[in-house]
Amino acid sequence: MPSLIDLVLTGRPAERHAPWRRAIVDADTWNLAAGELASGRWSLLGLWGEQAMVHMAVREEEAAEIAVLSLECADRRFPSIGRHHPPALRPERTITDLFGLTAEGSPDARPWLDHGEWGVRHPLGDSVASPVNSAAYAFLSADGPGLHQIAVGPVHAGIIEPGHFRFSASGETVVRLEQRLGYVHKGIDGLMVGADIDRAVRLAGRVSGDSTVAYALAFSQAVEAALGLKAPSRAVWLRALLAELERLANHLGDIGAICNDASFNLMQAHCNILREGILRAADSAFGHRLMRDIIVPGGIVRDLDESGRAAIRTVLDDIRRRFPALIELYDNTASLQDRTVATGIVTAALARQYAAGGYVGRASGRVFDARCSPGYAPYDGLRFEVPVLDDGDVNARIWIRIREVEQSLSLTGQILDRLPDGELRVPVPSQAAPREGMALVEGFRGDIMVWLRLAGGRIDRCYLRDPSWFQWPLLEAAIENNIVADFPLCNKSFNCSYSGHDV
Amino acid sequence: MRKLLFQSLFRSPLAEQPPLPEQAAVDELAAAFQRAARRRLGRSLSIREIDAGSCNGCELEIHALSNAYYDVERFGIRFVASPRHADVLMVTGPVTKNMREALERTYHATPNPKWVVAVGDCARDGGCFAGSYAVVGGVSQVVPVDLHIPGCPPSPVKILQGLLSLLDRTAANGSSS
Repeated sequence: MPSLIDLVLTGRPAERHAPWRRAIVDADTWNLAAGELASGRWSLLGLWGEQAMVHMAVREEEAAEIAVLSLECADRRFPSIGRHHPPALRPERTITDLFGLTAEGSPDARPWLDHGEWGVRHPLGDSVASPVNSAAYAFLSADGPGLHQIAVGPVHAGIIEPGHFRFSASGETVVRLEQRLGYVHKGIDGLMVGADIDRAVRLAGRVSGDSTVAYALAFSQAVEAALGLKAPSRAVWLRALLAELERLANHLGDIGAICNDASFNLMQAHCNILREGILRAADSAFGHRLMRDIIVPGGIVRDLDESGRAAIRTVLDDIRRRFPALIELYDNTASLQDRTVATGIVTAALARQYAAGGYVGRASGRVFDARCSPGYAPYDGLRFEVPVLDDGDVNARIWIRIREVEQSLSLTGQILDRLPDGELRVPVPSQAAPREGMALVEGFRGDIMVWLRLAGGRIDRCYLRDPSWFQWPLLEAAIENNIVADFPLCNKSFNCSYSGHDV
Repeated sequence: MRKLLFQSLFRSPLAEQPPLPEQAAVDELAAAFQRAARRRLGRSLSIREIDAGSCNGCELEIHALSNAYYDVERFGIRFVASPRHADVLMVTGPVTKNMREALERTYHATPNPKWVVAVGDCARDGGCFAGSYAVVGGVSQVVPVDLHIPGCPPSPVKILQGLLSLLDRTAANGSSS
């Protein structure tokens, strides 16, 4: 059983890759890695392509080591990881769509983000013009007496993002759900190529609107890693304040919205009042309700003044006072619990296999939080707990959020108390030679990974991996044997990002 | 639950509580909107929201319109589940190529008279996503747009303001697409 580091050392190390190592390996080592992933000793953090190369970021679970393995694809092929490790399937299909590299031996060669509408194939590889061809997508079959299909989307009933869900149901019971995503694919990977840092961080902040802070933070940390920069400590602390406010606003919105999907809208009405309070405080403190375009490589563009600090303190105190009654309301409403308990269960084994981040993983026994491991400042100096539950149902995903709201309330308090003075931003130098950087940041939904290569002050390649990549497939598993009417409830308890996934 | 409900009975509604910074604007808009909406549509305006490629930021703020602070339902503005029930299509995002057909179909499924409101900077011309192989561009490149509400994302007050100006304009012109 090779350790990750041993394996990386057998490869040709990539120069100037930080903070973790990257090695260019041969096909044998690539396949060996697939075996380690399949065995569960490693987990997959990301899998992405380039013109003639594929990369995978992996984490050795026991040692908590992270590394990137790269394989040159001289003949535009690479051995499929997905055939051994299913979480790699959708990323591989994406690599084929965007770069035209084929995953050899993959059990699923269907396109994923490419719906035949772009007028071009392999837009980021050797692109070839191709007539628009919206051929029918071959959904997986489900056969049996009395089975029927229900097609939902891409335009849904609520104010939510577009995606298609194909249910095969037997009466009311879901036998199979298959997702088809990619509707909001905007080609951000392509737009990133050649972008300067200012434009690139704006794009990163628009990958998923609800996680604009977390994405800007992950992108900025990756740039800083690549260039060996250190953001000033006041900026680092303010970034964490923004990130925790974003987490609070989203979790509060989610708790209400999940209950609303169980037809209990009282909870949503109250949660949204608390959420709105945070957005208004963010607006008065930082000039933007969602705190967009504030975190940049090198630091932060806006300081927090005394009135902003007071606005945030006021809203946090208000939530501290009012949230306990809402927890009690959730906990004591039997008709609501009847919907959430034992609904949409994700097994611990699946959560581990998919390395599912955020509340999806933590509600199913997976202890992982990027703020702790690999960890980043200022969280190493802050006191907080990472709640973990084992039930894996809708109820557990609500409770994880409730506990995380409490933790974030404590974190924001600690940050405001200890916010250091000083500079907000250091200049970002433009290096001619290529440099690579990577970051793993805990957004409200889970760990966001960014990998990038800079050359001459511009982006050469930037890969942004949303936590949803490894959560969406689990929703397909969670809904099995549940009733169709519980799908909105399950879906909202995951609250995966469409835009973040489709990029 | 009884306690919460009981408290709510005796507490004044949030929407009218001063001194929230934007409250004056909300109230002013609310009154004006109500007059215009009544004149034009009788009692109600039904909106079908379509995300045609947005990052989800605009959706968050459109959602906020329904919270207790903005509470658009008190003006008869409702978000409906089907385009068949809609007077207004509220479209966000740079229209992606993968969403173009769905947007067109939703537009055609909406009965006349109808208005299209494009929400957000991306909805005007594709915003920072313009020029991508996967993006058509602004909403008006796919369906006729009656009003554009700028912002990244526009705040709930801005969206309400936009809906008001739409009503004013359509009332003045007396026609729609």
